[in-house]
Amino acid sequence: MITSEFFIDPNRCIGCQSCVAACSECDTHRGVSMIHLQYVDRPISVQTVPVVCMHCDSPTCAEVCPADAIKRTDDGVVQTARKPRCIACNNCVLACPFGVPKMQVEYSLMMKCDMCYDRTSVGSKPMCASVCPSGALYFGTREEIEHQRPQSQPVNSFQFGNQVITTKVNMMVPRNKPVQHIDVTSAMNDEPIGIEDPFE
Amino acid sequence: MSDQLSIPPDGRPYHDQPQWRNDFPIDWPQDELVARRDFTKFLVLTSFAFVVGQIWIAFENFSRKRRGQPPIRPIAKLDAIPIGGAITFAYPEPHDDCILVRTAADRFVAYSQKCTHLSCAVTPEIEKNCLHCPCHHGYFDLATGAPTAGPPRRPLPRIKLEIRDGAIYATGVEVRA
Repeated sequence: MITSEFFIDPNRCIGCQSCVAACSECDTHRGVSMIHLQYVDRPISVQTVPVVCMHCDSPTCAEVCPADAIKRTDDGVVQTARKPRCIACNNCVLACPFGVPKMQVEYSLMMKCDMCYDRTSVGSKPMCASVCPSGALYFGTREEIEHQRPQSQPVNSFQFGNQVITTKVNMMVPRNKPVQHIDVTSAMNDEPIGIEDPFE
Repeated sequence: MSDQLSIPPDGRPYHDQPQWRNDFPIDWPQDELVARRDFTKFLVLTSFAFVVGQIWIAFENFSRKRRGQPPIRPIAKLDAIPIGGAITFAYPEPHDDCILVRTAADRFVAYSQKCTHLSCAVTPEIEKNCLHCPCHHGYFDLATGAPTAGPPRRPLPRIKLEIRDGAIYATGVEVRA
């Protein structure tokens, strides 16, 4: 039984785009990267965050799909929309709390990270985790990550408004601090931080 | 099905969930599952549909034979059609478009205008001695209505003609296999 899990540690991300390049080399979706490397707050920081699918236990993308196109395998990996079923309605793109699904307009298909299902289902590491030079994306057992990163602990429960989301993929947070859940939906109305106009 | 993995958003167990959640499962194994009973139901219903279809075809054939030939109806005056010209008319019903071609001074041919492939309207090409269907480039022989090229496999239904007192009449439809 494979017990390897995916761990994301955005602190370690150096924005090198290796994961993006590796992802788009995959034969199942060549040329289209399923991982998004996003800037946290571009005007004040070069800090980047790799965004892969979190593979929720209750996938919101699949819940909102009107065409029954998004499926979860029995090992908990949420797959790209099924091509014969996807109607390119963008519901999943709008609904995902992590902003993972992206509409590929030229194929009329939602494509998203499937944790390299062709690789992980046979015991290999996902493409992005196999190339990440700083360990921001790590694929291995829980014992390995706890041994390697004693300062961090994995978290797989997230709060979005009243919705608590538990995921298959873990996010690394500081171990000695209480886990803070930011209510993203209410924070959306707050003043943006760090975007002071430099020309003012 | 209680062996689904995905947790519904309200967190309640599967037997408390509405029926649609079982009908449209998120989990791949349940989505792929075809029960033996469902497959048997599909087979029985499909065979039943085929039987009904065959009975309907037999009934249609029977009623068509019973109906006999449609009534005789005038099409046009002879001098209204130039030699090498064609006119369209409806026979026997107002929506059954037909085409009448005068290939020589005393030679007339008339066919249903519906291509026997997918019912597009055929157009005469008298200089090439054929009828052409522009949809998929089907060709019919102008003299007999038999298919000569393209997808159609059955000849066009021929309209039986009769000339009386300087006018041309349609007297029946000959459907050929």
